[in-house]
Amino acid sequence: MAQTPKELILDPMVDNNPITLQVLGICSALAVTSSLQVAFVMALAVTAVTAFASMFISMIRNQIPGSIRIIVQMVIIASLVIVVDQVLKAYAFEISKTLSVFVGLIITNCIVMGRAEAFAMKNPPIASFIDGIGNGLGYGLILMLVGVIRELFGSGSLFGVTILETVNNGGWYVPNGLLLLPPSAFFVIGLLIWAFRAWKPEQVEERDYKIQVVEEH
Amino acid sequence: MGIRNFFDRIEPHFTNGGKYEKFFPIYEMVESFLYTPKTVTKVAPHARSYVDMKRIMTYVVIATIPCILIGLYNVGFQTNTAMEVHNSSGWRVWLLDLLGVGFDPNNPIANFLHGLLYFLPIYIVTLVVGGIWEVIFATVRGHEVNEGFLVTSMLYALILPPSAPLWQVALGISFGVVIGKEVFGGTGKNFLNPALTGRAFLYFAYPAQMSGETIWTPVDGFSGATALSVSASEGFSELAARGIDWTSAFLGTIQGSIGETSTLACLIGLSFLLITKIANWRLVVGCLGGMIGFSLLLNWVGSDSNPMFAMPWYWHLVTGGFAFGLAFMVTEPVSASHTNVGRYIYGALIGFMVVMIRVINPAFPEGMMLAILFGNVFAPLIDYFVVQANIKRRAKRNA
Repeated sequence: MAQTPKELILDPMVDNNPITLQVLGICSALAVTSSLQVAFVMALAVTAVTAFASMFISMIRNQIPGSIRIIVQMVIIASLVIVVDQVLKAYAFEISKTLSVFVGLIITNCIVMGRAEAFAMKNPPIASFIDGIGNGLGYGLILMLVGVIRELFGSGSLFGVTILETVNNGGWYVPNGLLLLPPSAFFVIGLLIWAFRAWKPEQVEERDYKIQVVEEH
Repeated sequence: MGIRNFFDRIEPHFTNGGKYEKFFPIYEMVESFLYTPKTVTKVAPHARSYVDMKRIMTYVVIATIPCILIGLYNVGFQTNTAMEVHNSSGWRVWLLDLLGVGFDPNNPIANFLHGLLYFLPIYIVTLVVGGIWEVIFATVRGHEVNEGFLVTSMLYALILPPSAPLWQVALGISFGVVIGKEVFGGTGKNFLNPALTGRAFLYFAYPAQMSGETIWTPVDGFSGATALSVSASEGFSELAARGIDWTSAFLGTIQGSIGETSTLACLIGLSFLLITKIANWRLVVGCLGGMIGFSLLLNWVGSDSNPMFAMPWYWHLVTGGFAFGLAFMVTEPVSASHTNVGRYIYGALIGFMVVMIRVINPAFPEGMMLAILFGNVFAPLIDYFVVQANIKRRAKRNA
């Protein structure tokens, strides 16, 4: 794999997006996207963890015994997550409270593990670092898109700034309560995947069945 | 036949290679609405049946007629009764004044017309918005616009409260048609009931307009809770104090969504569907069995803190959307189980879940919508296990 740094950053944005193409990291995308600010911080946290985890794992990739590599990767990822968690608690306590358990759950985010296994174990540290940033940004891009839709139509604001004045505050907009519930992110992400695949038809998976045509006019 | 000739003349423009090839679904929609569908089966098995999709769907629409009639009467009756105390204005009042019908709740015609003025806008918006989505998908995906939408739109309009804002009606049916049906490939491939999907969307998105005490009768200042929410909040015995006895709940002169209040009308519709074999009786038996069984169990267990435990099964039958859901949604062939054993289980699961949600879940006074959607999701799994059990049994027999 001889990709240029530019490709490593841009490829995971649309063509190989971790959420819409690989359908990884869905759990946190459902949980933290009801407000844009939280989604933004989460995206930053995941990007930082993915980038540094990939870099450190790549540095010692030739020393890790194959049979226990997952455990070694987990140790590195977990340490980084704890660092991120402490930084958030120190400098952004309110957001850290909203994110609650989901910062800790970055450990189980498939994107971090996935990049470590698929890229960092086979590539030099700098490329792995850039790849981690690219995938984190790809994840962040979807998170932000979902966050914009959910916060704008669910509470009529963006980053907490009122855009659509809601009825309760004397405006005209009736907020859509469903969008504040986690299941709505399923619909939004599903519709996003639909839009991405309509735009880039090569992302569409092949059907594993074919419906027999039995009728004609 | 002038119209037939007209269709024959313009058909070449719409078939493959014609000028308006892309609009074939629209042509097909209008033509098969007026005449028998021309679809023929071209590969085996060539099973012949007089029942086709068009007939099934038309029969279901016919079966809803009693619900529509009594529903319209009841909406008008509730509104006119409330208007004796509270003032109401708006275009409906203006129009009824103009026609000189009056607002006497003892006059069935006045009630019926007033109800019609609430039902028609909802139904027209449903038809137009849902129809536009149907046509868009039919044109892009190249399948036909199906009569199934007539059923979806009618059921959807009947399970809305009469005061539902029209833009919410439009949003709900869009969600129901697109997410509930078209993303899975259209009529016959939807595993959820599209009408209920749209209703559930509205229920969670706009709870203020879809539940509570002020929405069932569209008169400002009037508040009347449904029988279920009265029993859930104040106890089942409170119903009598509010003037709701079993007969009025059975006949349908109570608060509720437009078409769901009258158990009698739903049962008439259900018997029509059972006689014409559109509805499968196993689903009905399963659902009634699950509901009666579980509510008897809860009656027997009893509870000091939750009065809903004491609600007998014949009250569960007549309150809320149970009868409507039983008649038109549990029996929907596409989203239900497809094996005979599975149908009993599917029905029983829904019957059980209704009572479970109504009695034990404190958040939702009504459970039919959620129970049916829950059953829809489980239907393929139930079928899978029934088929696997069948395979195992036969393998053992022939071993």
